[in-house]
Amino acid sequence: MIRKTKEVNREVNVTEIERGKSYFQLVWRKFKKSRTAILGGIIISILAVLAIFAPFFTPNDYLDYKPDRAFQPPQKVHFVDSNGKFHFRPFVYNLKLDVDPITYSRIYKEDRSKALYIKFFIRGYDYTVFGIHSNLHLFGVDEGSVYLLGTDQYGRDLLARILMGGRISLSIALFGAFVTVILGSILGTVSGYYGGTVDMTIQRIIEILQSFPQLPLWMALSAALPKTWSSLQVFVMMIIIFSFLNWPTLAREVRGKILSFKEQDFITAIKEMGGSDARIILRHLLPNCLSHIIVVLTISIPELILMESTLSFLGLGIHPPMVSWGVLMQGAQRIETLGQHPWIMIPCIFIVLAVLGFNFLGDGLRDAADPYSVKKS
Amino acid sequence: MSIPVLLIISVIAFVVIQLPPGDYMSAIKAQMESLGGLTEADAEKIAQELRQMYGLDRPMYLQYFIWIKNIITRGDFGYSFQYRRPVSEVIWERLGWTLLIATMCHLISTVIGIIIGIYSATHQYSIGDNVATFFAFVGLSIPSFFLALIVMYVLAVKIGVEPGGLFSQRYMFSPWNWSKFVDLLRHIWAPVVIVGFAGTARNMRVMRGNLLDILNLPYVLTARSKGLKERVVIYKHAVVNALHPIIMYQGMVLPFMIQGEITTSIVLNIPTAGPMFYDALVAQDMYLAGSFLLLVAVVLVIGNLLADILLAWVDPRIRYD
Repeated sequence: MIRKTKEVNREVNVTEIERGKSYFQLVWRKFKKSRTAILGGIIISILAVLAIFAPFFTPNDYLDYKPDRAFQPPQKVHFVDSNGKFHFRPFVYNLKLDVDPITYSRIYKEDRSKALYIKFFIRGYDYTVFGIHSNLHLFGVDEGSVYLLGTDQYGRDLLARILMGGRISLSIALFGAFVTVILGSILGTVSGYYGGTVDMTIQRIIEILQSFPQLPLWMALSAALPKTWSSLQVFVMMIIIFSFLNWPTLAREVRGKILSFKEQDFITAIKEMGGSDARIILRHLLPNCLSHIIVVLTISIPELILMESTLSFLGLGIHPPMVSWGVLMQGAQRIETLGQHPWIMIPCIFIVLAVLGFNFLGDGLRDAADPYSVKKS
Repeated sequence: MSIPVLLIISVIAFVVIQLPPGDYMSAIKAQMESLGGLTEADAEKIAQELRQMYGLDRPMYLQYFIWIKNIITRGDFGYSFQYRRPVSEVIWERLGWTLLIATMCHLISTVIGIIIGIYSATHQYSIGDNVATFFAFVGLSIPSFFLALIVMYVLAVKIGVEPGGLFSQRYMFSPWNWSKFVDLLRHIWAPVVIVGFAGTARNMRVMRGNLLDILNLPYVLTARSKGLKERVVIYKHAVVNALHPIIMYQGMVLPFMIQGEITTSIVLNIPTAGPMFYDALVAQDMYLAGSFLLLVAVVLVIGNLLADILLAWVDPRIRYD
C-alpha cells in the first residue's frame, strides 16, 4: 500500500463566510454561481418530467404497433405549405409508403395534398399517471398520425418509446445509486468506526471487488439471470448487481472521512459525556459525511445510466416488453438497419443528455459541497 | 498480498460463470433434439457422456480445483467447447489484441489528455479552455457503443468503406509484411479513437483540476517571485507535481479502457477478446469466459502494481509501508 507523507491541508477562512448561515445555505449560494451545474439541473428536471408524464407528451401509445408504418422516418414539422403560405399552426404531412423506382426499396414520401395540423391539449388514448386517469395529450393530430421521431421496426412511436424508456433508465440509475449509497455508507462507517477485524475484512472485500474489471463482471452476472424471469425481476436484479459492485468506492471515501473525524475533539467530548455509538455515528459522524455522500450519489448515477444502456444494448440487461434507452438501441446493432434508418440512434442522444446533465450537476455539487474552502482561482 | 487476492478472484470468476442454470451440454442436447432428430432420452444420454468426458458431472468445488491446478501447474486453462480448442490457444491471441488496443488508447489518451489539460489550466476560461472542457464533458457522457455506431454509420454510409475487423479480406491470412501493417493501421484507428476519446477526456479533466490547484499553492508563488520564467514555473515546478494523481490513476484507467474496447469491438465486430467473451457468456462456454475474467483481473492487478511502482519512482516522498 502507498501512503502520501504529505497531507494536503484545506485552508479554512472563517472570516469570509457569513456567520449565521447554515451549511446548506452556503452550499446553495456556491452552487448557484456555477452556470453549468444549473444547466445540468435543468436538463435533468426536464428529462425527469418528460419521463414521468411520458403519456401526456406523446400522441401515440408506446406499445401500439402498426406494421404498415415500420421504420417510418421522423415527420418534419412545417410552418410554410407547398404554396409558400405561412401558417401559425404547425403542421405535418402524412408519409405514404412508396417503392423507390431505382433500388426497389421501401421509402416514405410526403403526401403534400393535405396538411395535418398539430392540435395542442388534444384528447387521445387513455393512460394513468400517479393514479390519475386521463386521455389528455400535449399535442396530436385529428386524423392520421404524427411520429415526430419516426418509428421502429414494428411501427411503434419512437418518441413514446424513448420517454417510456427514460422511466426505466433513469429509475434504474436512481435506485441503483441510492442502494449503493446506503450500502457504501453503512459499510464505510462500520469499517472506519469500529476498525479491527471488521475493518480488515471489509477492506479486503473492497480490494477484491475493485480488482475485477466492472463491465466483464457485470456482463457475467447479468448473463447469469435466468431467461425465464420477468422484466420486473430482471429490473430489480440489475439494481442489486449495480449496487453490489458499486459500493466499494463510496465505502472507501466514507471510511476515510470517519477515520479523520473519529479522533477529533468533538467526538471525544461526546464519548466522555456518555454518548452511545449509535448517537455518535448517526448524529455527528454521518451528517459530516453527507455532502460527500450526496456528491458520490450524483456521480454514480451517470455511470449507472451508461452501464445499464451498454448492458441492455448488448442484450444482457433489461429485455422487452420493458423498454429502456439501451433496449431501444438494440435494433441499431446491424449496419444494414442503421444505414437505412439513422433515426433509430435518437435514443442515444437522450442517454448523452442525461449523463451530461448529471455530470454537470455532480461537478457543481462537488465544488459547492465544500463551501468553507476558499478558491482563489 | 496480490496472490491471495488473485486466488479469491479466481474462485469468484469460476462461481459467477457457473451461475447460469444449465451448461454448454444442455445447449448441445437441445441442438441434437431439434436438428439431429434424436429423442430426449438419447440426447440426454449423449449430453451426460459428454459431461463425463469433460468432467462437468463432478461437484463444483472439484471442478474448480482441477481447473486451477491445471492453470498453475501446466498453464492449461481448460477446453473451449465452442471453438473445440484449448482455451489458452483461443484466448492469448485475442487477449493480445485487446491489450494492444487498450494500451494504445491508454498511452495516446494520457499524452493528449495531459497536453490539453496543461493548456486548459494555463489558459483558464479562455475560448480554448471552454471548448476543451466542453468536449471533455461530452467525451465522458457518450457511451462508447454510441461512438462506435456513429463511426460505423459514417464509414459505411457516408464514405462507403466496409467498417470493422482488423484486416481487409486480402490480408486476413497473409504473413506479416509492410502492407499488412498499413492495412492494420487503417482498421485499428477506429477502436483506438473511440475508446481513447473518453480516456482523453478523463485525463484532461484530472490534469486541469490538479494543475489549477497546484498553481494556487504558495511554492508556485515563490517560484514566480524568484523571477523564474513562466515556462519554467509551469513545466518544471507545477506540472511535475500535477502528474502524480494522473499516474496514481493509471491503474484505474486500464479497466476503463478494456471496458470500452469490449463494447466497441462487439459493435465493430473486431476479433478481440470482447466479442469472444460475449459469445462465451451467451453460449455458456464456461472455461473460456471464466479464464477471460481471471486474466483480465490479473492484468488489472499487475497494472495497479506498475502504477504504484511508477508513482514511487516519480515521487520520492512516497514510502512503502
